[in-house]
Amino acid sequence: MSVVPGLFNYWVAVFLMMAGFYVVIAQGNLVKKLVGLALFQASVFILYISIGKVAGGHAPVISEAVSLYSNPLPQVLILTAIVVGVATTAVGLALVVRIQEAYGSVEEEQIYRLDQADAQLKDQSKDPAEERTQDPGDRLQADQHRPKQPGHNPAARSGHEAD
Amino acid sequence: MIDIVLLGFLVLTAVAAIRLRDLFAVVMLFGIYSFLAAGLFMVLDAVDVAFTEAAVGAGITTVLMLATLRLTQRYEAAPRRQRLLPLVVVALTGAVLLYGTLDAPLLGDAQAPAQQHVAPRYIEQGLNEVGTPNLVTAVLASYRGYDTLGETVVVFTAGLAVLLLLGITDVAPLRPGRRVIDDQVVLHVIVKVLIPFILLFGAYVQFHGDFGAGGGFQAGVIVASGLVLYDLVFGDGEAQRVIPPSWLSRMAALGVLLYGGVGLLSLLRGKALLDYSALSPVALSGQHLGIMLVELGVGITVFSVVLAIFYAFSGRRKQG
Amino acid sequence: MRLIEHLPVLVVVLPLLAAPLCVLIGRQALAWPIGLVTAVASAGAAAQLLWQVSHRGTLSYALGGWAPPWGIEYRIDLLGGYVLLLVTVIAALVLSFARRSVEREVPAARRVNFYAALLLVQAGLTGIVVTGDAFNLFVFLEVASLASYALVSMGSDRRALSAAFNYLVMGTIGATFILIGIGFLYMMTGTLNMQDLAARLPGVSDSRTLRAGFAFISVGVGLKLALFPLHFWLPNAYTYAPSVVSALLAATATKVALYIMLRLIFGVFGLTFAFQQLPMGSLLIVLGVVGVLSGSLVALFQDNVKRLLAYSSIAQVGYMALAMGLGSATGVSAALLHLFNHALMKGALFLALGAVTYRLGATGLKDLAGLSRQMPWTCAALVIAGLSLIGVPASAGFISKWYLVLATLEQGLWPLAVVVLVGSLLALVYVWRIVESVYFSPWDNSRTAVQEAPLSMLLPIWLLVAANIYFGVYTDLSVGIALQATAVLLGGTP
Repeated sequence: MSVVPGLFNYWVAVFLMMAGFYVVIAQGNLVKKLVGLALFQASVFILYISIGKVAGGHAPVISEAVSLYSNPLPQVLILTAIVVGVATTAVGLALVVRIQEAYGSVEEEQIYRLDQADAQLKDQSKDPAEERTQDPGDRLQADQHRPKQPGHNPAARSGHEAD
Repeated sequence: MIDIVLLGFLVLTAVAAIRLRDLFAVVMLFGIYSFLAAGLFMVLDAVDVAFTEAAVGAGITTVLMLATLRLTQRYEAAPRRQRLLPLVVVALTGAVLLYGTLDAPLLGDAQAPAQQHVAPRYIEQGLNEVGTPNLVTAVLASYRGYDTLGETVVVFTAGLAVLLLLGITDVAPLRPGRRVIDDQVVLHVIVKVLIPFILLFGAYVQFHGDFGAGGGFQAGVIVASGLVLYDLVFGDGEAQRVIPPSWLSRMAALGVLLYGGVGLLSLLRGKALLDYSALSPVALSGQHLGIMLVELGVGITVFSVVLAIFYAFSGRRKQG
Repeated sequence: MRLIEHLPVLVVVLPLLAAPLCVLIGRQALAWPIGLVTAVASAGAAAQLLWQVSHRGTLSYALGGWAPPWGIEYRIDLLGGYVLLLVTVIAALVLSFARRSVEREVPAARRVNFYAALLLVQAGLTGIVVTGDAFNLFVFLEVASLASYALVSMGSDRRALSAAFNYLVMGTIGATFILIGIGFLYMMTGTLNMQDLAARLPGVSDSRTLRAGFAFISVGVGLKLALFPLHFWLPNAYTYAPSVVSALLAATATKVALYIMLRLIFGVFGLTFAFQQLPMGSLLIVLGVVGVLSGSLVALFQDNVKRLLAYSSIAQVGYMALAMGLGSATGVSAALLHLFNHALMKGALFLALGAVTYRLGATGLKDLAGLSRQMPWTCAALVIAGLSLIGVPASAGFISKWYLVLATLEQGLWPLAVVVLVGSLLALVYVWRIVESVYFSPWDNSRTAVQEAPLSMLLPIWLLVAANIYFGVYTDLSVGIALQATAVLLGGTP
């Protein structure tokens, strides 16, 4: 009966991974998808850290009183993976904010329908005017003027950005 | 035993997060999940990881998700799509995963290949070769220091990406809603007292990573949190007077360049990239110096990027 | 150590640090020169490295001064050198093209960060090709991917945003799958170094963990490769991204993903494990065939040329998968040749479209009608690269398709040769649609006349087109290296 407790951590980690994965692929709200993605990744971390655990071991910080240490390598890998995960989530969330502004919705189905409509409307027409979705006013690069929109066609602003 | 309890709660949290449609609650559950995971990591002897997960997962990610909710909508629309295909895919993936665990070494097995190869040298020689009692720092900043450079670049890239997407706007003066917090004298006083300690703690974590849990990532997050707290309580844009946004992308770049610069310095002195023994005739002090510098680089980049992302999200006004 | 010995690392570190340098300097006018100089320097380093590898054998570099497997190793063999040179040269060409295109398509305030992101994509991709450590591969894959998501979102159509989001979600799932796979491998062997893994895996090849690890890595890489049915992110991402980004990604990102697959499946897991213990060969062949046929068929019905080419890319990935699935040396060589040639073809095509966008602002078939009278050089480039795509003799595309057919016939699988031919026929039809619109349709005189693309854009385009023709006629170099690289990969490194 040592198999079940021995693999228990892994199995729960697998369940958690699948819970997160399910949210990503099955649910339509973009923010929720990102939450699911983050859950999925966090569960993978649990899997990895479980690999490194040594029974009766201690955290891998050398100290006089300890003789058996858990494996530091998976921990290092996961530290990196956590940071990579949050970086991805941050970029994803920024995209969601822009999508909300451009489409007026963060529901996948709604966005898909709007994209299809766009395809009908814009791609069929001969007019090369495109919807601009560039950010209206940002000054990060110490550019004091409103960013001049390049382009030989007076770009039509997206209706969703008008305030 | 604690292990099992934590895992149980993790499962409950995950299931609840799937079923709820109030996204605010879902994000809170995610924060709880992250916190529980940090607890689990502690039980599994991964103290640095627990620290980072708590700061980064339960901290930053939750805050960013809430900031996004503020700018989008709080409730998820009713699901209408068919659920069968995703369920099948998930079941299949889960089955392959479970299949994969069947031949895995059991939890805690000291004879597992993972424990027998590569890792023993870190444990046995780490203190002698690198000089830091915290072996995770030894591996992170020295043995596998190049991965950490890559990781710092990832953080920088995320900052870059968010700035490309959102930019940082000049923030309008105090919004009407701020009056609510304005009245909270207690909050103001306590926060004023706390912030210096938070910043000090951040500095402590930055330099203490050699000896205990800590290091550049956690420190960068903590210091950034101090400034975020200041901004939240004292008003939009107050923090921007302390650290103007235009500095942030440059600081983030500086952090990466510091890390890379240490690596290039070793190169110029004839050794491999990031070989810290090139920094000093005494190998161990070279290691200490190298690790301190690269961790500093990491801390600067993480701090700047976290703060920049916060500014980008908080400065955005809900449109349309 | 002399400077030249540091080249394996410099080829990655140069773009990696040039990106923050760009941001630090923060001046929009300097961003492009920094990008260009870095890309050209990397290409030069890659050329030198390929020369070194082909004369002296595999190069190894221990980062941090720690010997592998305790430290991270950079390891360049002939396969790596080949792909490295391809990626860096394409990046250099795309960057030399970029100045005007970016001026047109990206707002001034964003250009510094845009060029920094381009450099990061290059750094990430080269980092993947040069590394000998599985986890390091993951880290640099994420560097490249994250920068790509940001770059795709910079397209001017709002659909660029949803395309970037889908790309992010699918890409992250792929990367997480790869991470899971690496975890399983680590669980069974205790190491992350690819050479070390290759040595240790035969000892544990019966374990189910290993098979599961293999499955996850394959699916993860398949997602990045846009192998059918994991290709859904690609058409939108390539269509709505800025021209420079589409060109760079189309010509390099999927190639590097193929490299990862080759390296991991053939180099780490090994032919016996992947093909005999698991049905990887048959699976790749099936998916490849479906990819070729479905990609080509859907491309037929597209009205937007960028989208048409994106679906064509899916078909090309199908060919490469098919070649790999054959599991023979000829098959792998064919895949490598197609990798090389496809980069040249698609690079030229997307850059030419970038020139069209620069002048016209759109890439619909209707928009291109009669363009040959206004932009003769650009359209000629489109046609020649298109011919290469079909596989007309005397073009690079012909060489890779030829080897592919040879590889299928070698195994007696003539139905697959038929599939390759059918795919070429379909390519003929969709390229013809472009040619017909550009050359045989009247120019609508009510539209304002447009000029030919500027020289700074035409030069890189025609360099690639010339390469397509050159490598179609003088095959010694490309074929020779492909065959040798295959031998090194399959036979274990010297």
